[in-house]
Amino acid sequence: MPIQISDKTVKRGFIERVMKLSGQDIYKCFQCGTCGGACPMSGSMDAVPRRVMHMVQLGMEEEAGGGNTCWTCASCHTCTVSCPRGIDLARVMEAIRLLTLRKNVNHVEPSKLEKEEIKRLPQIAMVSCFRKMTS
Amino acid sequence: MKVSYYPGCTLKTKAKNLEESAISSMTALGVELEELPRWNCCGAVHSLAEDDLIHHVAPVRDLIRAMERGSSRLVTLCSMCYNTLARANRIMREDEVKRKTINEFMREEKDYRGEVEVVHFLNFLRDEVGWEKVVERVKRPLDGLRVAGYYGCTLVRPREVAIGPPGHPEILDEFLRAIGAVPVDYAGSNLCCGSYQIVANPEAAVDAVSRILGGAVGAGVDAMVISCPLCEFNLSGSQKGLLEDGRISREVPLFYFTQLLAVALGLEEGACRFDLNDRVAVDLLRSRNLVHC
Repeated sequence: MPIQISDKTVKRGFIERVMKLSGQDIYKCFQCGTCGGACPMSGSMDAVPRRVMHMVQLGMEEEAGGGNTCWTCASCHTCTVSCPRGIDLARVMEAIRLLTLRKNVNHVEPSKLEKEEIKRLPQIAMVSCFRKMTS
Repeated sequence: MKVSYYPGCTLKTKAKNLEESAISSMTALGVELEELPRWNCCGAVHSLAEDDLIHHVAPVRDLIRAMERGSSRLVTLCSMCYNTLARANRIMREDEVKRKTINEFMREEKDYRGEVEVVHFLNFLRDEVGWEKVVERVKRPLDGLRVAGYYGCTLVRPREVAIGPPGHPEILDEFLRAIGAVPVDYAGSNLCCGSYQIVANPEAAVDAVSRILGGAVGAGVDAMVISCPLCEFNLSGSQKGLLEDGRISREVPLFYFTQLLAVALGLEEGACRFDLNDRVAVDLLRSRNLVHC
């Protein structure tokens, strides 16, 4: 589907915030797709990391933050060590997550976890998940 | 020899089989792991945002505890603790601005500049104990046991904290040879198990696990060794479902690498805490006459 790009659609503030939070130059990405090919979670993502990088470059805040890509990322850094342009994509995904979480929105609600599930899960699973997915 | 040791939360609950087998093995090898006093949770994951320094406070506080004891090294076992502590340590060593802010925030503590070195148990075993000594002390070699070493993510990524060359780590293979097992190459030793997605998106995590176990089954392994309680939970907990769905053809016995070390060193079985492993793992060792529990 064609996407309309204009001065009105490009959210420059979003691009700046992602670059500042992640410390990464998102314009280095030349869309080779190595990240998505390496990503162990990409099969469960609405958009592969390459597409999300493009969305960020084009200031498409709603599309980049609204899909499930950054929430499916496991911070495994496979993309980071594979990127031929040296972009730390795990940091870009974290920045996109934080721009939502910092609006005081939780992606995972700890209070909704079943008692049995809490008993079953090791602390390491809960601490890491809540660190990445709660505000 | 004595060395400061950081256990981490899960080793005190679900992963007692990792901690107890490690401590007993090191004792048998002449090393006393001294648990850090007043340690706290490391936070499990490293914060990746430039402006988020508050989440480095927990691991840095643990490193300060080690410094206060006059320790130049802090040994860790859990892969995620290792990663989180080692990365926070790098920030304190290399980033002057962040170091200053964190030290000022932790005014009640001594200033920390990365004086302590974070060392994973495997590196300590190789570099301080030495494979020769391990070989010498082995009483029950795991002859012929074909074992896949599984690194997952946090032992080998990112590059700056990797315990071996990223992409081609060999330390688990060296370890396996030292205890008389046969290391097996397979696709999946560095793949992610889905990590914390087991809570948020379990289907995606189980997909990731299926590729790792599928690779190991395809390579004909007898067992797999790991170093991370979250990997253990994901791999072990997903096996039965994957088997029922026909996505793997058999279960893979999983062990913490320290459990096989303890077995090879001839330690009493209680030290291995096999009661916390899946039955298939214990059955394998029993069938090889390596344990009798």
